Amino acid sequence: MSRNLAKLPSNDEVSVTVLVSVGQHPVTGRLRRADQDARALEMAMGLSDAEPRVIYAGPLNDSIEPALRGYLGMGVSELKVLRQSEQNDIVPALSAFLNATPSSVILCGSRAELGESSGLVPYQLADALGYTLVANVAVIEKVAASQAVVLQALPRGQRRRIEVALPAILAVDSASPVARQSAYAKATRGFINCVVSDTEEKDATNEWHYAPARKRPKRLKIIKATSARDRFKAAAAKAEGAGGQVLTSVTAEEGAAAILKVLKEEGVLKT
Amino acid sequence: MLTSLMPWLLAVAILLAVVGALRRARLWLRGRASNVNVWAGIRAMPKRYLVDLHHVVERDRYISNTHVATAGGFVLASVLAIFLYGFAWESKLLAWLLLAASGAMLIGAVRVAKRRQSPPERLSKGAWMRLPKSLMVFAVSFLILSLPAAGLLPEGFGGVVLAALLTAGIVWGLAEMFIGMTWGGPMKHAFAGALHLAFHRRPERFGGGRSTGLKALNFDDTQAPLGVEKPTDFTWNQLLGFDACVQCGRCEAVCPAFAAGQPLNPKKLIQDMVVGLAGGSDASYSGSPYPGKPLGEHKGGPFQAIVAREGKGLLDPETLWACTTCRACVEECPMMIEHVDAIVDMRRHLTLERGQTPNKGAEVLENLIATDNPGGFNPGSRMNWAADLNLPTLANVKRTDVLLWLGDGAFDMRNQRTLRAFVKVLRSAGVQFAVLGNEERDSGDVARRLGDEATFQHLAKQNIHTLQKYSFRSIVTCDPHSFHVLKNEYPELGGEYVVYHHTTFMERLYRDKQLSLKDWVGGRVTYHDPCYLGRYNGVYDAPRQLLDALGIDRVEMTRSGFRSRCCGGGGGAPITDIPGKQRIPDMRMDDIKASGASVVAVGCPQCTAMLEGVVEPRPQVLDIAELVAQSLIEEETRA
Repeated sequence: MSRNLAKLPSNDEVSVTVLVSVGQHPVTGRLRRADQDARALEMAMGLSDAEPRVIYAGPLNDSIEPALRGYLGMGVSELKVLRQSEQNDIVPALSAFLNATPSSVILCGSRAELGESSGLVPYQLADALGYTLVANVAVIEKVAASQAVVLQALPRGQRRRIEVALPAILAVDSASPVARQSAYAKATRGFINCVVSDTEEKDATNEWHYAPARKRPKRLKIIKATSARDRFKAAAAKAEGAGGQVLTSVTAEEGAAAILKVLKEEGVLKT
Repeated sequence: MLTSLMPWLLAVAILLAVVGALRRARLWLRGRASNVNVWAGIRAMPKRYLVDLHHVVERDRYISNTHVATAGGFVLASVLAIFLYGFAWESKLLAWLLLAASGAMLIGAVRVAKRRQSPPERLSKGAWMRLPKSLMVFAVSFLILSLPAAGLLPEGFGGVVLAALLTAGIVWGLAEMFIGMTWGGPMKHAFAGALHLAFHRRPERFGGGRSTGLKALNFDDTQAPLGVEKPTDFTWNQLLGFDACVQCGRCEAVCPAFAAGQPLNPKKLIQDMVVGLAGGSDASYSGSPYPGKPLGEHKGGPFQAIVAREGKGLLDPETLWACTTCRACVEECPMMIEHVDAIVDMRRHLTLERGQTPNKGAEVLENLIATDNPGGFNPGSRMNWAADLNLPTLANVKRTDVLLWLGDGAFDMRNQRTLRAFVKVLRSAGVQFAVLGNEERDSGDVARRLGDEATFQHLAKQNIHTLQKYSFRSIVTCDPHSFHVLKNEYPELGGEYVVYHHTTFMERLYRDKQLSLKDWVGGRVTYHDPCYLGRYNGVYDAPRQLLDALGIDRVEMTRSGFRSRCCGGGGGAPITDIPGKQRIPDMRMDDIKASGASVVAVGCPQCTAMLEGVVEPRPQVLDIAELVAQSLIEEETRA
């Protein structure tokens, strides 16, 4: 648990910023703190005794405010808002703000629960700021002045230890520790501080190119199991790429040819 | 010599007692303000002391007689002594009365001493072991003192030796009885107790009344701390109430959490509050500790957090979360102390201010906020159990006689059987009823007991808003928790309804001859009183009459009625799940087995779930609605 992580000595303090969004409950769709963003804040609060900076970019109204207060209820006293109109792209606002007031560790959820939910914000932001990005972070093991050690979540509970140079953006995975309870009194007393208000309509979606979704070829799933035990084994077993091959030290052309061959075999590429 | 000394001794004792009383009162007045009618309370106090308190004490006949003799003798003897020796009235009649009073007190004191020879586990020892001796010394001293004045002994009998002995005895007696009363000795219970009864936060409880609903928190001032963090956050009359404790341990003897070895003992909890009120550690406490928590490790003060944020405070949080809010301690307390209020007040702080509801608590509260039910089920699926029943919803019919309140049991497959049985009974009786259907939300019971008053009030206000739209005569529910909350806790938030528990309602239907029942066949049955129906609402008879109407061979458990033992399912206890040595439902099932019954009739979805969770073989658990439904003689004409 990151909560029990040894706190850093104060001379080694790094500035931590958490980017949060508005989430929605999967069953009822009621607005709430977003699960992964709350986990990111939980992680940040375990990093040092200093309070992390919490930033939200997006629209602000009476139905959104209680959801944002969910983060304040976790024990931070202030939430900074970069107010944007509904359709604005939040990346320019975030990158401008973070450029002006940099932070060495920026934590955020991997994917928003509302809106396009493309999961691209961390990537676009890392690109705009020129920071390193680590996706699917499960645990932050150590943060020092210029470097952090994190565990990245891989499928089936596997973890990969990564050393990353700071500043970096760490996108938190759902495999990270659950966020602490949000306390009502802290939530109502915390401050929502609007630091930027850009309500000019700059509908980002105007520039988008829309295309009908293409039907993707579906991999046939042949269930051979006859008993519950077999089905369980099939579900739990590590998907070994049977018949695959590992190509090392081949030329780009040879590699590409091998990939094309597989794609044709699988029926992904026709002709 | 003694006659000239007596006025001084009395004056000094009274003066010191007054000083002590003022000091103690200053400690209480550090608490928050409370809305108390002071004069009405003081006027009502003698009756509360002599009638209401005595009724509770009387459940132990031996000690009630003892108490009448000791306390009555002491009060009378003190008043007489003040007139006889303080103001030096010369009256043979008063002397005879003093003789009689101190004689009565002596008899009482001897009985106290007898009880203390091998005291039951629940009694505190320590200073309390000294009390019978002090009582006897006081009584004997004044008895002998009154003999010459009554003319039974010559003046100056016994000479200097007796006079010296008497002086010593009177000094001891006065020190214990007068000074000890206000400076924190065992006699404190008399002084604080009298005032506690006068300024009780639930005056409705006296004169046979009932007041069990929790009191609402005010959220208007967002800066005001919510709940109780430190002793001074209690209201002053709550602090006074803690001081009234006689440490008789009747609460400890009935507490299900204590019996299960969970770290809670209601008596110790109240004593810890006294420690917090005055400041100090629990090392001098001389009763049973919280199971698994040695004495001397916890300390606190009036302005220190009761549950420390780091390290050990006055209490560990597990102690607060072990409580099932079954109210057995409150029911049993001769001083009418409100343990459950205090526990919930402290839980409110932990949940609302700190966000530290243990185990599944946070998840349940989040579910209640996001889905209006503790299980996190889709609120649109609340009526799935009744898909084939074609139940009328109020949204369609707008008005009805009876609103059937489903409760969250609607999501639980076991309780759905109960609900279906009850619907069958209602239809058979031709009752015009409807449900709220998917418009219904959790009543807020669990949120409130877990200390989340904000979520409770939110849910309650939404339910009240929904109910306002429709017209109905009464609400009937199979869930005593919803019953209690709707009946006793919604009025403070503006929702007043006529609410019946389904057992009461079915009993009325039976009495009105709307139910034709045949005898139920299937062995002996015992009835388990749900806490929220029995102790919280005084419904003990209707379920039993209904069982009798079914021709059932009904047996009672040793602990039934107002002494019923909790199933362990109340107060969010299954959610916070504090470990103990055994499980509360297992103990209750042992009670049921001991009664020799093969079926236990229940009237609560929580009790059903807890008791059915006990491993087989065990008696069958059936809701009274199921027993009634099985015994219906169905007429062809009513489809």
